[in-house]
Parts: sequence; C-alpha cells; structure tokens
Amino acid sequence: MAGMRAAGPDVSYRLRVNPIACTGHGVCAELLPEVIELDPWGYPILLSPDVPASVLDHARRAVDACPTLALLMEDVTGPQG
Amino acid sequence: MTSIALSAYRAPELRLPRLLAGVSYHHLTGLSEHEQLYGPLPLPAVSPRQGRTWRQQPSRLIEVVERSGLTGRGGAGFPAGRKMRSVAAARGRAVVVANGAESEPASCKDRLLLTRAPHLVLDGITLAAYAVGADEAHLVVHGNEAELMDSLEDAAADREALGVDPVPIQITGIPGRYVSSEQSSIIQYLNGGPAKPTFSPPRPHERGVRGRPTLVNNVETLAHLALIARYGDGWFRGIGPPAEPGSALITVGGAVNRPGVYEIEMGTPISQVVTLAGGLSERLQAVLVGGYFGAWLPADLAWPVPMTHPDLRAVGGAMGAGMVTALPISSCALAETARVVSYLTEESAGQCGPCMFGLPALADALIELAYEGGWGRTVRTIAALLPLIEQRGACRHPDGVTQLVRSALTTFAADARWHDQHGPCYGVSRAPLLPVPADEEREWGWT
Repeated sequence: MAGMRAAGPDVSYRLRVNPIACTGHGVCAELLPEVIELDPWGYPILLSPDVPASVLDHARRAVDACPTLALLMEDVTGPQG
Repeated sequence: MTSIALSAYRAPELRLPRLLAGVSYHHLTGLSEHEQLYGPLPLPAVSPRQGRTWRQQPSRLIEVVERSGLTGRGGAGFPAGRKMRSVAAARGRAVVVANGAESEPASCKDRLLLTRAPHLVLDGITLAAYAVGADEAHLVVHGNEAELMDSLEDAAADREALGVDPVPIQITGIPGRYVSSEQSSIIQYLNGGPAKPTFSPPRPHERGVRGRPTLVNNVETLAHLALIARYGDGWFRGIGPPAEPGSALITVGGAVNRPGVYEIEMGTPISQVVTLAGGLSERLQAVLVGGYFGAWLPADLAWPVPMTHPDLRAVGGAMGAGMVTALPISSCALAETARVVSYLTEESAGQCGPCMFGLPALADALIELAYEGGWGRTVRTIAALLPLIEQRGACRHPDGVTQLVRSALTTFAADARWHDQHGPCYGVSRAPLLPVPADEEREWGWT
C-alpha cells in the first residue's frame, strides 16, 4: 500500500481539528471514515488522533479537501526517529 | 483616614494578612501609604539598596520567584517562575499583560485588590517587566467597569508623576464577557481583534502581543510577586504547605454569615475558610469549589479538604481562582447548576461547533430536569451530551461547563433521579443563590 512508504515505526502522524476554523462541512468524515465520525451537529470527532499507516493517504486527502483548512496533520515523529 | 496595622515600613512577619495588610473596606491604599506599609519598589532605579534578596538582576528575580513556589492565582495554578523564565528565554522583546478582567461572577478578589491595593498589582507588573525584559506593559480589566478603570488610571498617573515605573503601564478595558478574560482573547484584543479565544499554538509565551513573547499573569499573582521581590522566597514560603506555599485570596459566598474576600494561608481546610466568613448561616448541603469552572462537592467530603490545587483535584474538585460557595439544604442544586450553565452558554463566543450547539442542548436539558422534571430520560440525555462537548473547543469554556455538570450529576445523583422521575423539588422556588449578572448589567459585544 502507498501509505506504508512514509509511516515506518519511527514516523507517525497525528490529526487535529482547528475547532474555530471548522464549520462542519463533513468532507473529512466522508474521506476518512476510519478515523473521523460526525457529531449530531455535523462536526468531526476524531476516534483516535493517531493516523494508522494504512490510511495515511486517505488522511492526506481529507486534510487537502477541507474547505476551511481546519483539519491539520502534524508529524509527531519522536526525537529518536 | 483609616486605621493601618503597620505604622512604618518594616519587613513584615510571616503571618497574615499579606496582600490585604493595608486594606480596609472603603479605603484605597494610595502610593505613599503603600510604600510606608511595604517599603519602596525594589528596583535598582528606584531604591538602589532595596531588593537585597535578589541582588538586582532580572535572572536573579526569576530565580527567587521559582524558589518561592508561587503558583498562578488565576485558575490554572501554573508555577509563576517557570512561566517567567520561558518568556524571558523566548526570542524578541517581551510584553507583560496583567489580567484583572475578573469574569467569574462568583469571584471578586481581583476587583478587591485593584480597588483597594492597586499599587501592589502595579508594582508586580513593573517587577515582572523587569524580570522578563519587557518594554511594554498592560493592565487589562473589563471596560464596562468605569469606576475601576478611572481609579486605576489615577493610580497609574500618581506613579508616573513620581517616575516609579520604568515601563509605563497601559490600562486597557476589554469587553465584559466571560470568555474575554481568557488569555488568548486578551491577546487577540490587544492585537486589534475581537476579545474571543484563539486556536493554539502559538501560546502567548511564544507569540503573543504583536507576535512578541508575552507574559500573562493574573493580578493577584503579580501582587504576590511585589512582596516576594521585597521580602524574599523564604518569607513567602513561611506559611502554607511546601508544595504550594504562601497565601491566597478566596471569595466565600452562599450560605455564610459574612460573604466576602478573605486572605488565607494556602492549605487551609474549607471548614476553616467558612469559619473565617462567619460560619454557615444555614445547614450545608454541598460546596461549590473553584467557581463556575469548578465542581460541586458533597458537604462531608468538602469540609476537611485543604485549599490547594492538588488537594482539591484529588477529591474531584478544583481550586480555580479561589472560590468557595456554600449551598444550603434548602436550595436545589440542579436549579442552581441549570441557571449557571444557561448563563455560561450565552457567554460562549460561538466559534466552535461543539460549544455553539452542545452547550444550548445541555442547558435546555438541565433546565428541563431542574424546573419541569424529565420523564425518566433527561439525566441520560445530559450524560450523553457531555462527551460530545468535552475537549473539542479552542478554549476551556466548554470543558469548564461539562466539569461543573458532571460534578452535579455525581454529587446530586439522587436529586437528579428524583427530578427526572417525579418533577421539580421544593428548592427550585427558592431565591437563586449563585450569582449570575442581570441582563441589563451585561455586555454583549466583543470589540
């Protein structure tokens, strides 16, 4: 899978939502249902902040697709990585 | 004139009161009286031989504050010295912001300090500016409190006339909203925006006012700094537990005989704090600790707890900015909580979805439970809403509300079940106990 190339054991990514920027379009939950669910008002709930390597490409697509740039993916690679 | 306990300057003993040493009810301690009481501001430019305890260097002053164990008195309880050090170490000229915008309706200790002993706070601002190398200093209060603004302007003018402060202190009024006193709101306002919280990082100590490293401290914290710089860390630690030493201002309210602000030794049990306030005026049901972002504790659990951040957290409470409110058995805790949550809901900045939609749903469910009864399902509705709100906002506002509601559902679980199944209790008709500002006293704008 394409996602495997970036995420080895020493590289990991974490998702964050900027709740002020987010206006609840819901695109992220459609593109990344493995990690993101919508609350009753249409705002994203992260089931786990860590992005599994298997869905890394989907996560990137969701980040790029957010109309308000509210979904952020941060590299949290440890100092030993 | 008023009676002053200390007639001439001398290093005060370790006892209390410290911050309130010169304070009497209707009297503002002016600059000369303040200096008589505490001694001159220990800065090289002002009094070359003062400040023996820290040898007149910014880094020494920070060291003394670190050793003193002073923690922030605005709610979070973060070590004051560590915060100063990170601002001093950050790149760029620092800015100091004193937060005197006391939004919490159950607290009036910051107002007491600012209206009775303003020079302690102003000294603290100047010392903090010296310690972190700031060339800009702000004292921020709610702009709709015109009298407070005026008296602070006067105090600042007195100091300017004598050239006390090397860095002039600007008094700024921000909108009188609950979340406008959140530190990111203040910084956004000082940067020309609305007084609403912002998404972090960056945090103020990295990038605050105009992108510069910014030290934001509660005004009481700065008042303690004014005394620590004069008398040293050993003096400060002379009272209170080693983990959280010194004194603190506590606002005591509710069913007590003399509600008001009291200076206590850190670690004083809640029972003794209530005694200071004249004891209970009615039989006690529960205690709200830490104000509206705090928690309800059952009376017997709360009574012996020492007032420090860790001790209160250990029993599911919170120190917050130092509030103790006694709820009598004749009050309905659910009605009190519902009213407060409705107020806090209206005070949301409306920026984050879970706060904008979750809080009104929560407030509606609480009002239904308290005043109408819940047909056996409202408690479940409330419990299901909480995780949809928690940890999803840019600021602590939604989490503060859910903490209060969670503690109510735990402490008053039996009441909640009763309301849910049988309808409201007699207590709902009692006059409200927890203060919520009247609509006509409130400000609704953000700029």
